[in-house]
Amino acid sequence: MKRACKTAIGILLACIVFFGALFALTRLAAPKYHDTLIDGHLTGEYYDEKTDHDVLFVGDCEVYENFSPVTLYNVYGITSYIRGGAQQLVWHSYYFLKDALRTETPKVVVFNVLSLKYGEPQSEAYNRLALDGMRWGAAKIGAIKASMTEGEDFMSYVFPLLRYHDRITALTAEDFEYWFKKGDPVSFKGYVMHTGVEPAAETPQEIYEPKLPEQSFAWLEKIAALCEENGIALALIKSPSIYPEWHPEWDAEIAAFAKAHGVRYDNMIAENDAIGIDMQTDTYDQGQHLNVYGAEKLSRWFGKVLQQEYGLKDHRGEAAYDADYAALTERYETEKQRQLSEENGT
Amino acid sequence: MLFPSWAFLLFLAVLVPVYFLVPKRIQWIVLLLFNAVFVCAAGVLGAVFMVVTIGTVYAASRAMDALFSRQRETLAAMKETHTKEERKQTRLRFEKRRRLVLIACLIVNFGILFVLKYGAMIGRFSAALFGTRAFGQDLALTMGISFYTFSTVGYLLDVYRETIPAEKNPMKLALFTSFFPLLVQGPITRFETVGRALLEPHTFDGQRFLSAGLRIAWGYWKKLIVADRLLVAVKALCARPNVYRGDFIFVEMLLYAACLYADFTGGVDITIGVGELLGIRIEENFLRPYFSKSISEYWRRWHITLGEWFKRYVYYPLSVSKPMRALSKGTRKLGAGVSRRVPVYLATLLVWALTGAWHGSRPTFLVWGLLNGAVILISEELKPLYARFHKRFPRLTASAFYRGFTVIRTVLLLSSLRILDCYGTVKEAFSSFFSMFTTWNWGAVFRGGIRSLGLSYTDYAIAGLGVIAMFALSMAQRKGAIRPRIQKRGTVFSVCVLLVLIGTILIFGRYGFGFDASQFIYNRF
Amino acid sequence: MEKLLDILRELHPETDFETETRLVDGGILASFDIVMLITRIEEEFDVVIPAKDIVPEHFNSVKALYALIEKISEQDD
Repeated sequence: MKRACKTAIGILLACIVFFGALFALTRLAAPKYHDTLIDGHLTGEYYDEKTDHDVLFVGDCEVYENFSPVTLYNVYGITSYIRGGAQQLVWHSYYFLKDALRTETPKVVVFNVLSLKYGEPQSEAYNRLALDGMRWGAAKIGAIKASMTEGEDFMSYVFPLLRYHDRITALTAEDFEYWFKKGDPVSFKGYVMHTGVEPAAETPQEIYEPKLPEQSFAWLEKIAALCEENGIALALIKSPSIYPEWHPEWDAEIAAFAKAHGVRYDNMIAENDAIGIDMQTDTYDQGQHLNVYGAEKLSRWFGKVLQQEYGLKDHRGEAAYDADYAALTERYETEKQRQLSEENGT
Repeated sequence: MLFPSWAFLLFLAVLVPVYFLVPKRIQWIVLLLFNAVFVCAAGVLGAVFMVVTIGTVYAASRAMDALFSRQRETLAAMKETHTKEERKQTRLRFEKRRRLVLIACLIVNFGILFVLKYGAMIGRFSAALFGTRAFGQDLALTMGISFYTFSTVGYLLDVYRETIPAEKNPMKLALFTSFFPLLVQGPITRFETVGRALLEPHTFDGQRFLSAGLRIAWGYWKKLIVADRLLVAVKALCARPNVYRGDFIFVEMLLYAACLYADFTGGVDITIGVGELLGIRIEENFLRPYFSKSISEYWRRWHITLGEWFKRYVYYPLSVSKPMRALSKGTRKLGAGVSRRVPVYLATLLVWALTGAWHGSRPTFLVWGLLNGAVILISEELKPLYARFHKRFPRLTASAFYRGFTVIRTVLLLSSLRILDCYGTVKEAFSSFFSMFTTWNWGAVFRGGIRSLGLSYTDYAIAGLGVIAMFALSMAQRKGAIRPRIQKRGTVFSVCVLLVLIGTILIFGRYGFGFDASQFIYNRF
Repeated sequence: MEKLLDILRELHPETDFETETRLVDGGILASFDIVMLITRIEEEFDVVIPAKDIVPEHFNSVKALYALIEKISEQDD
């Protein structure tokens, strides 16, 4: 009996050491997304939010690089957050919204329509960027199942070591630095700042399907239904980025959808003059994404739309928000100066 | 279901507890049901072929049994009333009928095997002939068919020879044919041993479970850390015979030797380990084959069950068959040496041609088989020469150095023959092989050449350490089985070894997204 | 028996066949040798060993092999 006990304790200890080591190795091997591939850090940063939001942006790079929640608050007192990511597909957006609804109910959800051109999962790497940081729950499970490309398996999302184990032989300093440390946020309520300027040039003509995929609309329906259930106003937008191209046939399809569902749709490419965006100075990569100047201009314009259209409350003067946004603004300005001096330095 | 898949692990996780919890009486039925699930999961078409095999072999073996007992009754009744010659005629008549049953059954079963293996080739042929494709490539890979057909036909031949009685319950034969771990890559088993063991009741035994776990983990270790890693480089080398020549071929030979060993022995470790989990002993298929001092010794130690099958059911019967003996007698005037050699030579070459054909439908496999046979025959002829050499230099030939030399010689010779495995045509294979002697490009190999094969230096280092581990274990194994020695040091120690194996597989194994869950190489056969 | 031993010594002069009991299992007699042996036995004893009797148990020792030969020659009569 005593010997059996000793054996049992021995095995238990061995298992504890084993699983402890696996846990540590999993953390070590997983990409940290902090200094490189920072898009992967965005999903997780949402969970550190201390205040709630009246406006939730969901979508791809055309939201998280083109709108600045700092400007929206400082100019209009609108509280907002951007749950966006690189090549974030429409079902990612749906599940991010569902995930956010667990803890808060925004008044307006703004969805950027560019990603509707993809009806199928595109690439494993982007899935990982979007999903690795997500907290566990029905939304994450749904998101994984909807996103997996051929050759991926669910288990590797549950146990990331199964996916990243080969990184063990290619670790960098970043992996050790953020082994058990989360690190500072890389975004400003979901906004990723760029101060560089690279004027728009001639964009290549691409061949395209005149009809957006049906699957995309099925997911968009789900987003609309989710908003309606929760009494949230849905606003569809097409960000003013001029590349990748946005085609008139697509635009008509979205407009028809918006009309049928009684939601607002703004194609901001047409509004560029009204917004004041100059693709010679307001983009950092030839018109694909806006730089911080473009994002601030766009936020001023869109903030007014949001305020007029949805009668959003001005939260300025409320202590909790003021404190939160004051700290954020300070960090925002510091980052802007840092990037500018870096640019001038090189 | 491949061994490295979640589905397979889940299958085991359900099977093992169920198998030991149900009443002993129905254990074998539960196992049969699980086999059925396994077979059907691999494809319904495959299941149909298997049912045909079980059905025909069962019917044929029962018919033979019936003929045997009728023969005995008839002969007993004739004992008083008929002459010896008449009784002999009766016996021969029964023998003839049994042979007819046997041949019919063999035609069906080897026919299926032939069509599936050579289906693609027949397809091309019929396309050329009639403009339509009768068989597609998709037929060609029915799981484990080469293995279970041989095992089950072996059973039939044993019944035919009256070595064993026919099994009366078709379900029991079905259990033997469909035993799932054997369907992935063998080994070929015998009904008397494995077939019987499957029917016996088994109780759970913790130590045996642990021992099985160690064996399975070691199998995965070899497969995922060494074989799948090296396979990337081997494939890259084989894919471009015009680019990778000269010394690259030597590298290819060595990498392929290590890869094939790790892959095939690893897979069989898993198979035997799974059998052990359930308490079923499966024949060993390898006995440190790379420590062989000659090719014929190697073939007694590598894929043992296939060699045994061919020996038992083709080589011996063929060499003592009437035509062979007649041929031997007919050549007596050429000298005793010649006439005695005729049966051996013909049988050896034929068996090796068949062994080659078993491995694949391409002509390269046939050439590979015949070359193996030729090397064996030549070394047999050179034996007197060796004996003289040994007598002349007894000190040298008894030394460890010389033994090492013969082992390395055997491995290199085998690896050279295996070049035929790698290429689509015999011409490519020979051209690649001989380029080793005409192109001296070690410089290119080490100036980054081996890094162009899809593996990093770290990969080579990991695979290299894996090979060293396999070698060390084989060396240790010469002094006795490894696992009892581990388990003698206590359960906790054994569990730690198991966890270290699993941990290293998880970290250094080549699996998951981006790496193909590549099939075991022998799964193709 | 002596005749059989002579045949065996012809094949492998270095082996002590009188005492060895693991001729096949020990790897002394390879399949090649066994077929040669069977051919020689047919020449010398006029006995044909059928395929089903070519199993290691019958070839592991001289005794077993001799017993097999005797059994077969009795059956033939």
